[in-house]
Amino acid sequence: MSAADTPKRSMRTPLGRVRNLGAAHSGTSDFWRQRLTAVAMVLLMIPVIVVIMMLLGRNQAYAKQILGSLPVAIIMLLFIIASAWHMKIGMQVVIEDYIHNEKLKLVSIMLNNFFSIAVALASIYAILQLSSGV
Amino acid sequence: MVEFALPKNSKITGGKTWPKPAGATEFREFRVYRWNPDDGKNPSVDTYYVDTHDCGPMVLDGLIWIKNHIDPSLTFRRSCREGVCGSCAMNIDGQNTLACTRSMHDVKDGAVKINPLPHQPVVKDLVPDLTNFYAQYASIEPWLKTTSPTPQKEWRQSHEDREKLDGLYECILCACCSTSCPSYWWNSDRYLGPAALLQANRWVSDSRDEATGERLDNLEDPFRLYRCHTIMNCAKACPKGLNPAEAIAELKLKMVERQI
Repeated sequence: MSAADTPKRSMRTPLGRVRNLGAAHSGTSDFWRQRLTAVAMVLLMIPVIVVIMMLLGRNQAYAKQILGSLPVAIIMLLFIIASAWHMKIGMQVVIEDYIHNEKLKLVSIMLNNFFSIAVALASIYAILQLSSGV
Repeated sequence: MVEFALPKNSKITGGKTWPKPAGATEFREFRVYRWNPDDGKNPSVDTYYVDTHDCGPMVLDGLIWIKNHIDPSLTFRRSCREGVCGSCAMNIDGQNTLACTRSMHDVKDGAVKINPLPHQPVVKDLVPDLTNFYAQYASIEPWLKTTSPTPQKEWRQSHEDREKLDGLYECILCACCSTSCPSYWWNSDRYLGPAALLQANRWVSDSRDEATGERLDNLEDPFRLYRCHTIMNCAKACPKGLNPAEAIAELKLKMVERQI
């Protein structure tokens, strides 16, 4: 690409373009939460795998019995919250990296939020239903 | 969306192979990216043969030999020829580095392949347009900012505090790191890139500076700072052996530190 063909031809100074709308003064919370949820998932991974192994091939009554235990239900719920949150932040980073059309980016980030919340709520509902024995 | 293919006018077409120099016994093949803004043609890769008996050992020596003996129209930046000025940064054999400090003998197989720094607009041949890169450097305000009354002599700094600038002050702004970073390729309009962020950390880490918080405020942005995904191409590319990724990680740590 030649200098003359630079897509955003404008009479604005280079420094003006770089400063643009200024810093958003955010991003640290997402950065911190991404690491927080990653560490949480590492810690929760083994107990979650153990619970899943216990549930494999068993019937619903047995699943209700296992998930009816308070510590097991809490571990499963924490894992769902941590992983859904991590998934939401991670996907948002990918969208921001690769989608440069502002409208498409906005819609994608919205859908990502909706999807993550829906998956998290559906999973939490399922665990609660099984653990409460309804 | 991110562009994964070159624009039509940037696709490389076949280039000219220049004749081997008469009377020379040992050659080194150079394949050099050529693009002239005035002829309306697409870029090409020209092949040259450098007489290694008549030429210094570095890639820059080879380029200067080509310019002096074969093709005076070959365009590239150079100045100090000793790794201090950063002018001759280019992509040599797939790696961004300085032509003056990379020996042509270190390029093992076949031809020495030379391209301009990746993903920047080209002015001509091996000269990239670094306007945006320099503006990003200016945006981090790379000078000492103080509000205390200026002392009679110098602003004093302990040996320990001075040592905190090691690994940061040596940056020569050659742009090898920033132009090797995929995140910078995709978002260089908003992401400051490894070089500017390493320089930002140089001023944030300076014990004499009194604007640390303001500097961090200006960097705290999902794009300006947080586009760094620790890919580490910057540290691999840096011809001065610096680690911009580590400097960026230190900035992120300071951001967390002041919030938690």
